[in-house]
Amino acid sequence: MKQLMLGNEAFARGLYEAGCSFVSSYPGTPSTEITEYAAKYPEIYAEWAPNEKVAMESAFGACVAGKRSFCGMKHVGLNVAADPLFTIAYTGVNAGMIIAVADDPGMHSSQNEQDSRHYAIAAKLPMLEPSDSEEALDFVKLAYELSERFDCPFIIKMCTRVAHSQSLIEVSDRVMPADKPYEKTPEKFIMMPANAKRRHPVVEQRTADLTEFAETSDLNRTEPGSDNSIGIITSSTSYQYVKEVCGDKYPVLKLGMINPLPVKKITDFAASVGKAIVVEELDDVIETHCKKIGVACEGRSIFTNIGEFSQSYIAEKLGFAAAEYDKLDENIPNRPPVMCAGCPHRGLFYTLKKNKLQAFGDIGCYTLGAVPPLAALDTTICMGASVSGIHGFNKLSEDNEGRTVAVIGDSTFMHSGITGLVNIAYNESNSTVIILDNSITGMTGHQQNPTTGYNLKGDPCTKIDLEALCKAVGIKRVRVVDPYNLKECDTAIKEELAVKEPSVIISRRPCALLKYVKHNGPISCDSEKCIGCKSCMRVGCPAISIVDGKAVIDQTLCTGCGVCAQLCPKDALGKEG
Amino acid sequence: MKTKNIMIVGVGGQGTLLASKLLGKLLITKGYDVKVSEVHGMSQRGGSVVTYVRYGDKVYSPIIDRGEADIILSFEMLEAARWLEYLRKGGTVITNSQQTNPMPVITGAAVYPDVLDEKIRALGVNLDCFDALSLANEAGSSKAVNLVLLGRLSKYFDFSEEEWMTAIEQSVPPKFLEINKKAFDLGKNF
Repeated sequence: MKQLMLGNEAFARGLYEAGCSFVSSYPGTPSTEITEYAAKYPEIYAEWAPNEKVAMESAFGACVAGKRSFCGMKHVGLNVAADPLFTIAYTGVNAGMIIAVADDPGMHSSQNEQDSRHYAIAAKLPMLEPSDSEEALDFVKLAYELSERFDCPFIIKMCTRVAHSQSLIEVSDRVMPADKPYEKTPEKFIMMPANAKRRHPVVEQRTADLTEFAETSDLNRTEPGSDNSIGIITSSTSYQYVKEVCGDKYPVLKLGMINPLPVKKITDFAASVGKAIVVEELDDVIETHCKKIGVACEGRSIFTNIGEFSQSYIAEKLGFAAAEYDKLDENIPNRPPVMCAGCPHRGLFYTLKKNKLQAFGDIGCYTLGAVPPLAALDTTICMGASVSGIHGFNKLSEDNEGRTVAVIGDSTFMHSGITGLVNIAYNESNSTVIILDNSITGMTGHQQNPTTGYNLKGDPCTKIDLEALCKAVGIKRVRVVDPYNLKECDTAIKEELAVKEPSVIISRRPCALLKYVKHNGPISCDSEKCIGCKSCMRVGCPAISIVDGKAVIDQTLCTGCGVCAQLCPKDALGKEG
Repeated sequence: MKTKNIMIVGVGGQGTLLASKLLGKLLITKGYDVKVSEVHGMSQRGGSVVTYVRYGDKVYSPIIDRGEADIILSFEMLEAARWLEYLRKGGTVITNSQQTNPMPVITGAAVYPDVLDEKIRALGVNLDCFDALSLANEAGSSKAVNLVLLGRLSKYFDFSEEEWMTAIEQSVPPKFLEINKKAFDLGKNF
């Protein structure tokens, strides 16, 4: 019987059915659940690596050892893993290897809108692009076979709408591939110049072979239409929007393999229609290919390369009527995501704001420290950039040293903050790095990491000691504070900024949403004592509001962290009774 | 059959995902093609959240666009107003009357609009607005708002009581089953 399955879950199901036995990934929205679901199968070894480069290299190692392997990441994660990617493209594989990269058009949860298809072209690797859960499952199984047949890893590109949509799939059993024991083949796996020079022509021949395959494979299929005046070339969710709007009116060339693209198939399709229109989100990758092979088409002249598409957008651009709707003539306030009530980051950010400090930020829940009323961040670029950035910011600007900090989460620090800290120690900048240790990878939905003491499967494992690690790389001043204690935070930050040497402050409190965290009873406001000064409102807690001039605390949201109570000049906030 | 569109909207953490999961399960047992779509990540942190449920003979797009929703099921009043443009002409809004202030309102940078129910009705929209939170509390847990709302939604479908109950049993943990069934009934019969 068919069942409803999330795109990412169907992907994981494909890994299971294809006999994948090794998974190593770093979490990143919208790719995270592939690995989480894969970890639920006892037959699959699955782990969170400290970052995407480590994950990809580990998955490569496993495939060389003869195990079908997988690593998954979001689009910006592939930037981190780009180094192994480009050379694994030369070595090829032993058992099959799949790399998932999940793009986020519309930036629902990302810092940029890069189009990962460019990586497939640049690294000369094949890329498949499913358009729903069923294709995600099928493409994964096919990609393992092709990976072994063409001797290269296959990239499968997901996007938010495929990864996070549920659609119908049918499951089947796990089938294990034949063993592929490792044999020493230095000319294939040691990429020193002499060998790499011999491998590059192999890569080029492979691309030619894959192009041949793309001409005949069902991955790229033509669907007939009743009106040949227009023919649409598309892929992924764009295909779904096109079909939603046009139904069977125009013929469609639906591309499931996005690199390398076929030549003859596209040329023939374009010749069979009046005008070829390319519908693709973000960059004009397919359109550029069409023009390169001499196929006249339109694409970017009609559609934007910014943000997500939708069926109304496609309808409007293709001249179909869009649905009518009513609109309230009302100013609807935004509801941006906020730091949760009881979030341990809040007290620390309040301290930064109160002391008018500058802060290099990083990627995680704590990026929300950038929004009012805390507005405590100055920069956010990418994973680890806070620690490396502050070094450059401080090094030649003495007036910044005493009033700038870097803030980075525990998982992000392990991902790529550590190398920045080595730089601070080695090249001696007077920088203060604050590790916001909430004992979990928060933003992506609570994944374990090397500092939590648990692995992806939930079993206890080696716990990296952050204090010892920071000291080992050469930071002499390392101290721990409780972010629920504002005075302690204030003292620590002032003291470390005053010292003329590098320092690390570990702000340690587990995420308030973790199941094992016990909360104190909620705080309530004594309205007799409250003078309505709004001091408690300065921390931006969603549990506090002002009603009729007095503070009111939402008893279902409040965790009793007590940060607001420390700000009240009249002692009006406290536990009841 | 033409594809039907149900939008479930609310505030991150209110249990909208369970509602869409349950509805999806029920719809596939009826033999429909179904797509359920949501965005994870940033939106979970108390932000505005939306889930799309689409069903019919063949569903292509995973999302619902402006003017397409047959029903908007809203967990919060302001969210009903925010997503109203997604309702088709003649569509229905079922909403919890509960108001949760977003951060710009809490900080005083914006004002929570008043009498939203009257303003929505004035547009000619079928509005089914009621206090789902009180009914959830009556059932035994404020967290059962999602089942109260699903109970209400069930009045707009032709599915049997038994079919709904099976879907509930498959979607909620056994120890909360009684509370959830009661919440469903209260929402349905209110």
